[in-house]
Amino acid sequence: MKLSHVFRVFVVLALFVAQVVQAEQITPVKSEVAADNALLLNELISARSTSDKKNLINLIANSNFPQRAKVLSALQDGDLYYTKADEQLVYAFSHPDGYQITSVIDGENLGVIGSRKVRKISINNELRTVLRGVLAELSLRSEDVFVRLSAAKDLIRSPSPEFLYAIERAKAVEVNEKVLASLNIATAMINLNSEEQVLRLDAIEAFRGTLDSDAMSILAAMQLKDSEGNYLEQDDLVRESAAAVLSEMRGEAEMYKLVENVFFGLSLGSVLLLTAVGLAITFGVMGVINMAHGEMMMLGAYTTYVIQLLMPNYIDYSIVVAIPAAFLVSGLVGIVIERGVIRHLYGRPLETLLATFGVSLILQQAVRSIFSPLNKSVSAPSWLSGSWEINGALSLTYNRLYIIIFSLVVLLMLVFLLKKTFVGLQMRAVTQNRAMANSMGIRTGWVDALTFGLGSGIAGIAGVALSQLTNVGPNLGQSYIIDSFMVVVFGGVGNLFGTFFAAMSLGVANKFLEPFAGAVLAKIFVLVFIILFIQWRPRGLFALKGRSVED
Amino acid sequence: MINSKIFERSAIGRLLLADKAGRYLIAALLVITVLVPLCNLLMPAGSFLHIPTYVVVLLGKYLCYALLALALDLVWGYCGILSLGHGAFFALGGYAMGMHLMRQIGERGVYGNAELPDFMVFLNWTELPWYWYGFDNFFFTMFMVALVPAALAFVFGWLAFRSRVTGVYLSIITQAMTYALLLAFFRNDMGFGGNNGLTDFKDILGFSLQSDATRCVLFALSALSVAGAYVLCRAIVTSKYGRVLIAIRDAESRTRFMGYRVEHYKLFVFVVSAILAGIAGALYVPQVGIINPGEFGPINSIEIVIWVAIGGRGTLFGAVIGAVAVNYAKTYFTGAFPEVWLFMLGALFVISTLYLPKGIVGVVTQIRERRAESNATSIPEQGAKS
Repeated sequence: MKLSHVFRVFVVLALFVAQVVQAEQITPVKSEVAADNALLLNELISARSTSDKKNLINLIANSNFPQRAKVLSALQDGDLYYTKADEQLVYAFSHPDGYQITSVIDGENLGVIGSRKVRKISINNELRTVLRGVLAELSLRSEDVFVRLSAAKDLIRSPSPEFLYAIERAKAVEVNEKVLASLNIATAMINLNSEEQVLRLDAIEAFRGTLDSDAMSILAAMQLKDSEGNYLEQDDLVRESAAAVLSEMRGEAEMYKLVENVFFGLSLGSVLLLTAVGLAITFGVMGVINMAHGEMMMLGAYTTYVIQLLMPNYIDYSIVVAIPAAFLVSGLVGIVIERGVIRHLYGRPLETLLATFGVSLILQQAVRSIFSPLNKSVSAPSWLSGSWEINGALSLTYNRLYIIIFSLVVLLMLVFLLKKTFVGLQMRAVTQNRAMANSMGIRTGWVDALTFGLGSGIAGIAGVALSQLTNVGPNLGQSYIIDSFMVVVFGGVGNLFGTFFAAMSLGVANKFLEPFAGAVLAKIFVLVFIILFIQWRPRGLFALKGRSVED
Repeated sequence: MINSKIFERSAIGRLLLADKAGRYLIAALLVITVLVPLCNLLMPAGSFLHIPTYVVVLLGKYLCYALLALALDLVWGYCGILSLGHGAFFALGGYAMGMHLMRQIGERGVYGNAELPDFMVFLNWTELPWYWYGFDNFFFTMFMVALVPAALAFVFGWLAFRSRVTGVYLSIITQAMTYALLLAFFRNDMGFGGNNGLTDFKDILGFSLQSDATRCVLFALSALSVAGAYVLCRAIVTSKYGRVLIAIRDAESRTRFMGYRVEHYKLFVFVVSAILAGIAGALYVPQVGIINPGEFGPINSIEIVIWVAIGGRGTLFGAVIGAVAVNYAKTYFTGAFPEVWLFMLGALFVISTLYLPKGIVGVVTQIRERRAESNATSIPEQGAKS
């Protein structure tokens, strides 16, 4: 205690001096404090009795020595030694020639020393308990929320009564809700091991509404029987209460698992939607089977890559630039293809299929020749990584979240363009009755080119999204083209809502099949389902009705 | 003279009498059936007439492709069914053959297991899956080579044609079918060797697959199969039944309204075509020595369509010419200018659809017709002018 007084006086003095003296004079004062800390630490060498050491540990924990946590954990792990010669406190790690030692006070590397020249600062079990509590409290008081949170989670995993006091004190000052919730669980975990029934029942009640997996496994363990058929948990009341809370927690976790699956499914569906919506225009609205659609996506992905090459210092914004750029690149290539090839093949869908497949081969080889056949790495902007943790059982990753939003935005803009603008009106007129539209003064040729360009441009945008999800290589498009066709055919040709519905339902169905069947088999099931579905409704889910249906 | 009379009276003879190009094709096939093995086996290695073994294998491969193209032309050219999944039937026939050849390896495998192929030992399987039973028997295998593709085509066609899935929709779901099979065969659990497929074959019916003689026999068989398949397809398309097929191709609804059960006609020709494709696959595998799931790839199936389109759709011999020509070009260009090949192939697609809607055969007939026309009409034309 005496020492602590001395120490406090020093601290007050130091602060006082620090305020009075000039900036350049602060350094000696700081070193004075450091010297004082050194004094305190060196007490560890001379302290012999357990109670002395206990006091010292508490003093160190409350001191302003920056590395106090490191010293204390070294003490706990038995890595704290002192040199016999000059009684200096060191961290020591075994080395073939003895010990590799580092000064505790100033962190100076003191080289290797013979094992007989140092002595360990010994601790016993009582001190170990004290140290655990002190260390836990130290990290619970940390400035960093993440350190506090992980400390609280560690406490949940190793509940032990000596932490109770530290936890209660931390709870009093804790402002972060997540840390507070974890601390509450930690308290409950500790109380669950106590002798008193009331405390244990309260602890079980405290788990209600949380989704902590450790709590769930503890409660589940309470329901087990030993080999003779007796419950491991002897107290019936506690066990039944635990069973009730456990089933409630499981039900809730199940629900969140379901929500998560739906979310995954929707994000997969959004990818499908993005890849298929451009096809829904070229195939659905114009009736052109564009096998080069996948290559339009590939062009979009490569545009992203090039944009990132052009602005290496602004990766975070590159995506924002890449979206319109990819739309333009793919759209222009699409217009060129329409004017050059497809224009001559209207009304001959099978020939169009072959010609556009040829175009896709040319585009693939062009990319291979320009960029090399190897995959290119496109980096993800920082705002796309990370996840949104809603609770213990549910966390949604940002990139999936953004892709859902993005695909919906693209779809809505497309619907707006087709239904509310003059260009959209012209496009619809040409697809419904080409000859009549022509005689009303619409330049059908140009509208065809624009429509095809629009579909291709949207494929380019999809490529930007794909560049964040898969490898960017010459074969990128091929792996998506069949899926996109499936989506369009399943949803009903010429119907954007059908495409949306088909993409989302296929995505969700795929994700729900995966746990039972595995990813590949799930995909096969979906394909077989679509093949069978087409037999039942040959024109898709939402088939167009009326005269235009029959060719 | 007697011979020619017998020829005229036989069914095949009558068929070929009306088909000049077919006669040339059959003759050419018969000539190479004899000549190529002779030149390979009897001519000394340095001789001008010697055909190296790798060329024999290559030609054999082309002939398998030609058979496959014939199968596709039968359904696409004469019935309007554009199947983008014919590679699946080809690969299934190939896998059936591959399974037989795997069983023939016996104890000569790396693990020396008489019962199980190497990849099963590698996967720690203890017994043969039930669907591998019987493939040690050659005749059972031959039966399965035809039956498996036929069964798939029957089920698929029965469902699709009954519900009147036509045109583009049919093309897309056939593509989905081959894609689903591709994914399925990539799985190790399926018991077909997964990613690596089936390979390391040793012999067939006791003859080593590495020997020149076996290769020549396989080549000759391929050539004879193409000839046989050509005659069969020609017989189908010139029969009354074939007339209905063409009617379906040109006006499906109208044919149906006239009282024909369109779906039955389509189903039959689809199954026949699948069997031919399966046989092509079965001939292909022992010659190239490997079958893997890549054969199910949708791109492969589209390539078949290209052979037929470039050769000339709806002519049968056009399919054979197209398959051989495109594949020869592929071999040449991938060897000489690998960078250029895909550009070439892509351009071929575009040009053939834009400017050669009837393929090579179409161009030839056009030129000949024009010449015949100018000969026939030269005098009246002059008269009209004056």
